[in-house]
Amino acid sequence: MTDSTFLTSEGTESSPNAAQGVPGAAAPYLVVEDLTVRFPTADGLVQAVTDLSYTLEQGKTLGIVGESGSGKSVASMAIMGLHDVKRSRMTGSIRVDGREIVGLPNNRLQEMRGGEVSMIFQDPLSALHPFYSIGAQISEAYRAHSKVSRSKAKAKAIEMLDRVGIPQARNRVDDYPHQFSGGMRQRAMIAMALVNDPKLLIADEPTTALDVTVQAQILDLLQELQRDFNSAVIIITHDLGVVAEMADEVLVMYGGRAVEHGPTRELLTHPEMPYTWGLLSSVPDVTADTSARLIPIPGNPPSLLNPPEGCSFHPRCLHRDKVPGDLCRTELPLLIEGNRGPNHLKRCHLANPDMIYESEVLPEIAPDLVEFVRTDAATDVSPEDR
Amino acid sequence: MTQPDVASVSATNAGNNRSPILEVTNVRKYFPVKSSGLIRRTIGQVQAVDGISFEVQRGQALGLVGESGCGKSTTGRLITRLLDPTSGSIKFEGNEISHLSTKKMLPLRKEIQMIFQDPYSSLNPRHTVGSIVGTPLRVHKVVPDKKVLDRVRELLEVVGLNPEHYNRYPSEFSGGQRQRIGIARALALQPKLLVADEPVSALDVSIQAQVVNLLQDLQKEFNIAFLFIAHDLAVVRHFCPEVAVMYLGKIVEIADRETLYSRPHHPYTQALLSAVPDVKQAAIGGRRERIRLEGDVPSPVNPPSGCRFRTRCWMAKDICAKQEPPLLQIGPTHKVACHFAGVYGAMPTSPITLDALGVDEHGTPVAGATPSTEDLIKPGFSETYTNLESHKSSSDRLAGDND
Repeated sequence: MTDSTFLTSEGTESSPNAAQGVPGAAAPYLVVEDLTVRFPTADGLVQAVTDLSYTLEQGKTLGIVGESGSGKSVASMAIMGLHDVKRSRMTGSIRVDGREIVGLPNNRLQEMRGGEVSMIFQDPLSALHPFYSIGAQISEAYRAHSKVSRSKAKAKAIEMLDRVGIPQARNRVDDYPHQFSGGMRQRAMIAMALVNDPKLLIADEPTTALDVTVQAQILDLLQELQRDFNSAVIIITHDLGVVAEMADEVLVMYGGRAVEHGPTRELLTHPEMPYTWGLLSSVPDVTADTSARLIPIPGNPPSLLNPPEGCSFHPRCLHRDKVPGDLCRTELPLLIEGNRGPNHLKRCHLANPDMIYESEVLPEIAPDLVEFVRTDAATDVSPEDR
Repeated sequence: MTQPDVASVSATNAGNNRSPILEVTNVRKYFPVKSSGLIRRTIGQVQAVDGISFEVQRGQALGLVGESGCGKSTTGRLITRLLDPTSGSIKFEGNEISHLSTKKMLPLRKEIQMIFQDPYSSLNPRHTVGSIVGTPLRVHKVVPDKKVLDRVRELLEVVGLNPEHYNRYPSEFSGGQRQRIGIARALALQPKLLVADEPVSALDVSIQAQVVNLLQDLQKEFNIAFLFIAHDLAVVRHFCPEVAVMYLGKIVEIADRETLYSRPHHPYTQALLSAVPDVKQAAIGGRRERIRLEGDVPSPVNPPSGCRFRTRCWMAKDICAKQEPPLLQIGPTHKVACHFAGVYGAMPTSPITLDALGVDEHGTPVAGATPSTEDLIKPGFSETYTNLESHKSSSDRLAGDND
């Protein structure tokens, strides 16, 4: 269990005080509260992110999971202030180290971007400038935030490249992005993101473009660097395996909203939202029974122009009939505490999702885990947790 | 791993019931590297695929896994003859197709179809779905022109799309639906072999399962053989009873999936499998040991001598730089190309390939030895194989008639 504070946006009508967390504890480094991002387009208003709230402390890793169009990248780009104010509408609050980001003028954002808060993008080939050498790009990021000479900045670039494991960094510093392999480019981008010792690092699908062995190297590197710099890390991915290995907490997003949020191990062993079940059951793993069929999530992700009424997942949900009445179709469930304690939030009308998961879902997707999850449930939840 | 009587086990397992629809023997594909300037001389070669052999059984699926640049997509394109092999033999239903002319190849295109990775760039945005799926039918004149539309509707229904959508354009469909259109197009000619090049990797996770299930249903219904190319080890394991692992243009290990995933014998396969993040293990708190590979894949223009994996291998010794390990059969349906092949943590200390290569432990040829390299490039599995158990004392090749 982590000691960070969880916010419930609509559930408890989060007050400013609630955001400060447990009395006596320091405020979390990052507080996102009721963040809503809309993009007006010719076709209508794209509801990219709706009422998203979470907090993150230094030294912790939050994994944000979701499909394309779930709002996970848009929400994180908002923290960097990367949305054009003329083309987007943003409400709610993002506080980094107590400072409000939403509505901050661009020059102030510029001071923060790449300094205190920095970002690693998915595709290093398009995120690095092909005309400038790797070294020049890293030193530029360094010189933007510290007044140092060019030669010092270059020395820093070499140091950083060395730090992220580029062999012969001194000789490679003047290479151009096309002379690096995919894994090395991603390392170079991580070096650039870390050159100013950021306190918050946002990694948007940092390994999706990479092969598994390189992915393993990069994930190890990120973990190692996080330990050294004690940064807060947000890792955005669609791969539950990556989240399982990296994150302290997981936030599952669907249709622009948080649908489940909890400590990683807890959320993966006792997921309480049918969408999370779907994610777990639709990917085969390398030890599963091969004769079993995959259980896909039927249908397609929702349109963000006209999201469905009620729960945005209800058109694809296999369990909506278990909710009495037409509740799933008519009423948006709140992101509330589930049956397993205050740290585990879910957005679902199902009254006893843990029982349905154990008796109906789990036996189909991982029969070998049923026993583990059952006994785990008995010991894991202490009375004061409930 | 107790195999008391290997010869008899192999006789039943290696099976004479195997009937390959596709046999690939020692196929190479080198792409020339040209110099810059006016006279573009060839200054090197990218050895994209370098001497691979495998079989695909009728109605079965062979998975081809490996990292980007290992030559798996090139292999797919060689088999569909979108590329011409530099050397080697490709036999489809027993007939050599590696050097057929475009004209002679035409009737065979009906039998071998391909599903592409990216459903956005593999469908012409200016053609309607009906025209995309109907074109192969018209080109090969398999149905009269009047019946094409009916057949298109049928095909759309088979892949789970609304048959009345034949008039729509690809842009009106989502990624998963587009991939279904690509599948319908590939199915139009009722092929016997489908080469699926990363068919699900461009799709969202929740959609991937839909497409994998669809492909499985189609395989059963129409008895189609698959060459399933993917980098996702879990999806390949789910789909293919037999899997080949490629590294830098070579097949390093090929086996039935149980063996390959539970007892991989090649260090690269072991590293590859250990690198896959596992939700289940992480969720219950257990964690497998991860083998960290250092560095990057070497350039295929100038691959390392001997074993191509040796620059990143923790087992590498003298012989690995001198002698290329042959793809040696070590089980009824298990071949591996490593001098020190073995289960992780219990790999042999002396090379297992000496007899096959006719060399000593340092890779120097032994005078008078008779290397059996000719046998080692054959596709498929033979009934006799090198027994690693008995190898510990002496590297016996089991007696028996080859073939």
